Amino acid sequence: MAERPQPVARPQPHRDVAEARSVHEAPGPDTLLATRNLVIDVPGRTAGAPLDLTVNPGQCWGILGPNGAGKSTLLHTLAGLRDARAGRVELQGTPLAQHARRDLARGLGLVFQKHHDGFPATVLETALIGRHPYLRPWDIETAQDYTLARRALAEMDLSGMEDRLVDTLSGGERQRLAIATVLTQDPALLLLDEPTSQLDLHHQVAVLNRVRTIAAQAGRAAILVLHDVNLAARYCDHLLLLFPDGAACWGPTPTMLVPGALERLYNQSLSVGEIDGRPVFLPTIP
Amino acid sequence: MTRAFLLAIGVLLPASVLAVLVALAFGSVAIPMAELLAVFTDDASRLHSTLVLDLRLPRALAAFAAGGLLGIAGALMQVLLRNPLADPYVLGLSGGASVGALLAMLAGLSMFSVSVAAFAGALLSTVIVFGLAHGTGSWTPTRLLLTGVVVAAGWGAMISFILAVSPTAELPGMLYWLMGDVSHATNPYPAWGVLVLVVLLALPLGRTLNVLARGPMQAAALGVAVRPVEWSIYIAAALITATAVTQVGAVGFVGLIVPHMLRLIFGNDQRVILPASALAGGILLTLADTLARTIIAPEQLPVGVITAMLGVPVFLFLLYRSR
Repeated sequence: MAERPQPVARPQPHRDVAEARSVHEAPGPDTLLATRNLVIDVPGRTAGAPLDLTVNPGQCWGILGPNGAGKSTLLHTLAGLRDARAGRVELQGTPLAQHARRDLARGLGLVFQKHHDGFPATVLETALIGRHPYLRPWDIETAQDYTLARRALAEMDLSGMEDRLVDTLSGGERQRLAIATVLTQDPALLLLDEPTSQLDLHHQVAVLNRVRTIAAQAGRAAILVLHDVNLAARYCDHLLLLFPDGAACWGPTPTMLVPGALERLYNQSLSVGEIDGRPVFLPTIP
Repeated sequence: MTRAFLLAIGVLLPASVLAVLVALAFGSVAIPMAELLAVFTDDASRLHSTLVLDLRLPRALAAFAAGGLLGIAGALMQVLLRNPLADPYVLGLSGGASVGALLAMLAGLSMFSVSVAAFAGALLSTVIVFGLAHGTGSWTPTRLLLTGVVVAAGWGAMISFILAVSPTAELPGMLYWLMGDVSHATNPYPAWGVLVLVVLLALPLGRTLNVLARGPMQAAALGVAVRPVEWSIYIAAALITATAVTQVGAVGFVGLIVPHMLRLIFGNDQRVILPASALAGGILLTLADTLARTIIAPEQLPVGVITAMLGVPVFLFLLYRSR
């Protein structure tokens, strides 16, 4: 393999340091989402480090942590669907509580881990509900709404399935439909809870590429809960590590990819390699 | 959505008019169509005129309004509980109304008081079911449905008790009320007022209900104020059911079967299902009441027997035909 110069913006992980240190960034006038001393309400956990996150336009954040660390709870709290134990969340400089629910749905959209379908609906109908926050009570979806929904379905490789009933989809197709729905919703901030958990390798990459492209657009950003450290390292420019005891640290991705911190995060020893000048982490098999 | 809406309304609206005409034409005396039209142009015999305008028309309209109310109440509750099994009957609202009505009959009160007691019973049952299902935590659809089913069983026991201790002379009237009886409904207009109001309120709410059917979290994430919407639906469904039950007694199956049949045909858009449920429920109860008056004329059957006998095979057939 040819020698490559190390990119300046991508310092090597500090192999000798077991702790990653949070990089605090003060919110600016453009900041999309900021948390102030936010302590999320994880049932049965008394402790919890206050989070002071600043998500600026153009950023793609990854949340990493073991099962039960509160990743989904944090995402729901950021979306205003759960009350925090302390502190607050601000969207575009205004506390969530001061936004009307409908306005909030235009500012941020959330893809849940589980999908409840209630009564059977078609794929197109399901994607179209993403337009709900933009329509007044008497409005009927316009041709433009249909175009947006069809485009989102095409982006998620679901073209031709518009008339299929949702309960006939495979797990991965259902997950891509949920992402297509949030793309139809077209919020400034995308919140995705394990968006690739049921996807094959090709679709994982396709979805993350799309999300990163959207996050790079003016005034937009994305926050993803991921279980794959290597995908997170590749696609996210900022990482938040949520430890099971409630501790947390966050900052630009290179500063967070500390093997010792990741080992402590997952309670799993890791072997570190390097591909294309980037660190790659695999579980160490005894 | 627009196509399904136009199709549903385009089929069901003429069918509604037809159902009312059939109800006017048939009964203990069949009236030919030409004679029926003559009634409205004022040169029919006095007997036919009285029969159609004073007896059959109010009754047909009452049956239609009550059926429409039961249909739309069922559709609303099924969205609220995200469960196709929910209906006013299953959730104990009809049971509460029945106990109220039977107690009033046992006390020998007037037909008007029986209606008021039925209305009060339905609302009491609503408060009990919702209060208990809410409990100390937030209520879930499963918990609400289970509470409703158990409360309905409790009302069933009370109904049996009242029937057992009632004088024999009262029993036929009580049994008719329990199985649904349109013969006492002489003033259909308040029920029609409620029906029109509900359909007008439900239409702009349809898309919100579509979103709500996907679960409260998803609905909130899409900008729905979930708690106020859910409470409004439950209160509306309770008032609608109480109005219908007050008119025609405890008719079952309409709220359960009508929305489900329509879903199998027209898909699942509440903007279509809610108005279509109102029309189809009205058609079903109007035709059922006509049959109830006709089959063993001059005797009459309780209309609930007919809705069940018509509804069950049609429902099973549609279910069998669907995927």
